[in-house]
Amino acid sequence: MAPKQSKLTKVRLSTSPSPEDLRALKIGDIVYLDGTVYTGREGVYKKILEDGADMPVPLPALSGANFHCSPAAIREEDGRFKVSAVTATASFRFSKWLERWFKASGAKLIIGKGGMTGKDYKEVFVPNGAIYLTTVGYGTGALLGRGVKRVHSANWLEELGIAQAMWVLEVENFGPFIVDSDLDGNSLFERENAKIAAGLAKAYEGTRPATLKRYGETDDRNDEVI
Amino acid sequence: MISTDVILDTANILMEKAAIDIPDDYLTGLKKAADEEEGDLSSFVLQAMLENYEAAKEDRRAMCGDTGTPRWYVKFGNEAQVTGGPIALEETLRRATADSTKRIPLRPNRVHPLWRTDHNNNIGIGAPEIEYGFEPEGSWIDITTVHKGGLFGTDYRMLFPGDGIEGIKRFYLDSLVAFGRRGLACQPAIIGIGLGGSKDTSMVLGKRAACLRIVGDRNPDPEIAKLEDEFKEIGNSIGMGAMGFVGKSMVIDCHIEVGCCHTGGMPMSVHAFCLSSRRASARLHADGSVEFRTDPQWFTPYQRRETVEWPLNNQNSQKSA
Repeated sequence: MAPKQSKLTKVRLSTSPSPEDLRALKIGDIVYLDGTVYTGREGVYKKILEDGADMPVPLPALSGANFHCSPAAIREEDGRFKVSAVTATASFRFSKWLERWFKASGAKLIIGKGGMTGKDYKEVFVPNGAIYLTTVGYGTGALLGRGVKRVHSANWLEELGIAQAMWVLEVENFGPFIVDSDLDGNSLFERENAKIAAGLAKAYEGTRPATLKRYGETDDRNDEVI
Repeated sequence: MISTDVILDTANILMEKAAIDIPDDYLTGLKKAADEEEGDLSSFVLQAMLENYEAAKEDRRAMCGDTGTPRWYVKFGNEAQVTGGPIALEETLRRATADSTKRIPLRPNRVHPLWRTDHNNNIGIGAPEIEYGFEPEGSWIDITTVHKGGLFGTDYRMLFPGDGIEGIKRFYLDSLVAFGRRGLACQPAIIGIGLGGSKDTSMVLGKRAACLRIVGDRNPDPEIAKLEDEFKEIGNSIGMGAMGFVGKSMVIDCHIEVGCCHTGGMPMSVHAFCLSSRRASARLHADGSVEFRTDPQWFTPYQRRETVEWPLNNQNSQKSA
């Protein structure tokens, strides 16, 4: 099977991008990253934002790219790291920490699975000059694993465990990612949801709502679960 | 007698195959979906996944960084015997899970639900799950591992006989749309539907329908088989594709399993396996030989039996005992 020719724009982007770099990106563009990314999810956010721990690496000097991710990785007995596959985890769960995280880290790129709400983009991302990149699939873990050139450090590995530790990864041609939000706070996922919602009534023809309701249930098909 | 050494080696190989090698049946189904997909973003996603499977195979690295929550399905032929008995078997499968997590490596996903303690080896209270089945004849055991993701794409609902097929369709669509948006369900996937049983059975049947049957397989009940075809078609007609982008690839195949339920109810579950469809199986024979395959062959006539008795072929069973 010959691969289909894609009309999508492909871009190489630094993990410490300039405002001009970000301004040039459109939702739906395909991005490959060069530089350094770090993983940070609930364990890291709690540790730094709630427990007041010091940032273990200098941010944003080292990296402006926060990856909602836990790698399939291990520290060998000789201290070297082995990284297998790398895939994002769903980002919507981290919404409550992001405003403070932008202030603490200076992040310009949030990378994860599934994007965040348009409200988060308008209220939190736009004022901080940041955009959201979603992983593809999900997930292209082996392709992303190939893009990791070196493990810079794995912070709080013992304390937080492999899945929640803060992994700092040096990357090259690391991707693909898709631009979900731009500097104006537009959301690709919400644009696609709206297009699909228009045809849902037809898809639901010939069905009936359940006799036993769920408490608080709505039949509004524009609703999302996040 | 099947030795724990053979079980350990086999289980380690199965863990690696499941994490790294996309099963042929799913790959063929996904290639067909990629050929037919017209949405530009959805097409890009499917092509990227096809490249990802190749990268995983070439590098011998896991397909996905979220390597799921490994679990085991073990089936015994009626005459099968394992050295050390079932306790030794379980210890061996737990050891293979821990060893493989470090060797491949897999992500140690399993943590205590409250204290979030991570043993970094995918082992803990109730983890990995080990489920059992039996077959009337044979001195072999079948071992299957499934590494399913754990967070999105699955739901349960108590329906009633009056809800009928229309109600089943509604809950099926609700589940696909709710978790299909933003691609939370990691579609296109094999969708499993569990109908009947009690609440927990309905969940088990749906999960097994998704994870233990291969693309193209049909339920032996011709009416249910027709529903499987219809539900696959319905899922692909929502207008949604990979990652919740505009498209038509949601369902690579749909499998329905049924179990008898309370006369007043019709419990239903929907499960989405994922773009990595991680499963691998092997048959371990009494003579120490091992055959690997990607079809778990879980749902046999015996698993779906309706009768009290199941006559054994006694001559055969004495010979192989």
